[in-house]
Amino acid sequence: MAQDAGKKKTGGASRFFKAVGNGIKDIGVIFKEGDWKTRISYLIFGFGPIMRGQILIGAALLACEALFIWFMTGFGWQYLSKITTLGTVATKKVGRKTVYGDNSFLILLFGVLAIFAVIALIAMWYINIRENRKEEMLLKNGKKLPSNGEVFRSLFDRNFHKTLLALPVTGIFVFTVLPIAFMILVAFTNYDKNHQSPTNLFTWVGLENFKQLVSFSGAGIGPTFIQVLAWTLVWALFATFTNYFLGLAVAMLINKKGIKFKKLWRTILVLTIAVPQFVSLLYVMKMFANDGLINGYLIKWGIIKTYIPFWTDPLLARITIIVVNIWIGIPYMMLIATGLLMNIPEDLYESARIDGANPWQMFRSITLPYMLFVTGPFLLTQFTGNLNNFNVIYLLTQGKPQSVNLAEKAGYSDLLITWLYKMTVNDTNYRMAAVIGIMVFVVTAVISLVVYNMLPSVRDEEGFQ
Amino acid sequence: MKSYKTKRAIGNAVGYIILILISIIWLFPFVGLVLQSFRSYATEYGGMVDYLVPKQFSLDNYKFLFDSSQTNYLLWYKNTIIIALFVSLLQTIIQLCVSYALSRMRFTGRTFLMRFWLILGMFPGFLTMICLYFLLKQFGLTQAGAIPGLILVSVASSGMGYYVCKGYFDTIPKALDEAAMIDGATRSRIFFTMIIPMSKPIIIYTALVAFMAPWCDYVFASYVAFGHDTSYNVAVGMTRWVWTNDYQGYFTRFCAGGVLVAIPVTLLFMFLQKYYVEGVTGGAVKG
Repeated sequence: MAQDAGKKKTGGASRFFKAVGNGIKDIGVIFKEGDWKTRISYLIFGFGPIMRGQILIGAALLACEALFIWFMTGFGWQYLSKITTLGTVATKKVGRKTVYGDNSFLILLFGVLAIFAVIALIAMWYINIRENRKEEMLLKNGKKLPSNGEVFRSLFDRNFHKTLLALPVTGIFVFTVLPIAFMILVAFTNYDKNHQSPTNLFTWVGLENFKQLVSFSGAGIGPTFIQVLAWTLVWALFATFTNYFLGLAVAMLINKKGIKFKKLWRTILVLTIAVPQFVSLLYVMKMFANDGLINGYLIKWGIIKTYIPFWTDPLLARITIIVVNIWIGIPYMMLIATGLLMNIPEDLYESARIDGANPWQMFRSITLPYMLFVTGPFLLTQFTGNLNNFNVIYLLTQGKPQSVNLAEKAGYSDLLITWLYKMTVNDTNYRMAAVIGIMVFVVTAVISLVVYNMLPSVRDEEGFQ
Repeated sequence: MKSYKTKRAIGNAVGYIILILISIIWLFPFVGLVLQSFRSYATEYGGMVDYLVPKQFSLDNYKFLFDSSQTNYLLWYKNTIIIALFVSLLQTIIQLCVSYALSRMRFTGRTFLMRFWLILGMFPGFLTMICLYFLLKQFGLTQAGAIPGLILVSVASSGMGYYVCKGYFDTIPKALDEAAMIDGATRSRIFFTMIIPMSKPIIIYTALVAFMAPWCDYVFASYVAFGHDTSYNVAVGMTRWVWTNDYQGYFTRFCAGGVLVAIPVTLLFMFLQKYYVEGVTGGAVKG
């Protein structure tokens, strides 16, 4: 299957280049064969459609071009032109006045925006040319062009997806795509607390930050990175599978024949999903604190002499986090498993019982394979979700206990994601935060891709039906 | 036969014991939260103590929360409700739109869009925090304007979370659409008069999940509203009472505030639990 996917990808790439090649050829052919309206449209977007009475389409295309020119001349170009250096004029003080120079942050952000604008313009240009071609061909074949009203109405019928997706896609572009592109580029600059814009400039440094991440000598943070990455993976593994199996066990126990008040038990468990996590987790954090209830009672009852350092001992903190996470996670899995367990045909168990199977054997050969098959994708999303499980770690320990052995103020219970957060908020070390963010992406993407292709329900979709 | 019965009875008894133990463990923190919220910070002590039941029940903590001359708690509460309501409404609308387009319509770029969003989703959300902060600042939506800012950020990218909703739409037979289209219905009419009324469970699920998220939003909310007490939400405002040393004696006040936050959200959740279960189960199986 993996090979198949690989083949598909190379196929996709070659298809893509072929499509680009065809597109370029089309542009030439259309120009050669097109009439004068089409040819003028190469320069003035939407000229052809407007001349042919397709005012709505033509005006939209023309508006795009006008918007682009307005953006570039008024705004975009002054930033785009400096993107190779991210600014050279430093802010300085003349007498008492501060004279602001280049703002590297703005140059990078709006430079990226301008690049996106250029790409969008090229796409619009191509759409504009195809539209001209389409209209010409329709007219040549003696057909009528759709009226403006029809074009508008199609936005609620044949082209309804354009109406539906316009706002969400724009929102995602501005608030996700643009910021992510910006932050990826920050990973290749020296934007940190010594290079804060607008007072200081920052500039490109190539792969310097990545080198620092994997370097084990001097100022390198390689050892810390490996340590945090390892704990992130161990945490995700434990968090996912303890919740999965314990949740399954609890669900089976509640589902068991002869157990009454099923609804009551479920409701009690579900409380941890219902109560906002910041309330429940912060309370639990205080419960396990050195001066908290648990230590208080244990000392009062004479079971221990001094408090147990649940949050301050590195190993103990990690174990406590996993245990508390079970408290949070079991109910969720229990809900999912309850529904799925009912789907397993009862006669499977019946015939197994006649064959003399004991409950454990029935679980091993009926329940578990079914559950693993059905919930494979769920397990994967849980795992990647746990890699980035910010709330549990941050509300419980904030990544502590900290250590002088770890670089960049990392703590022993820090995940990559909480480390990234601390770098951004406490240290304003944006360049390393960006590098860590890219690493999180790489880890997530690699695990998703590899595991997804191994999932039985993906390999064999009909397998269990 | 008798041995089988006793065996079964023992099995059930063990089951009950385990369930009761589990229930105690699961309920203990909540019972503790409620009990400690009744310990007065004025006459007893508001910080950490080594006993659970207060020596004297008092409503001092609750009185403190409702006294706007001492704390902005009520304001934080109002902020959170506003954010939650708007996010819930707008996010549901956006996810329905995206899901319908991706589930029912076939257009160029559809698979590209889905793959692209999937890849985007693998980037950690906090990565872009400074950039988002800057963007919001341009529109004056930080500090004093943090509430509309937070709503905007939560809603803007919500289109990427279409999976559960689209999964549900996929189960509605396409033949229904085709029949309606033969009768001359437009796509938009099918969407508004057929698909939406049929999707009540998933709409409630989406709205519920979207409503509950802002109650826990600490990270971005604290960043955007930084230092501006009146635009905090409950999570940002109350978290200080637990973490900072200056607020040593504020623990019981945190408990009281937590109880007031938890009650309405929990009741709402319990009330709509059926839809929640349906949503997570469906979403989990389809992945």
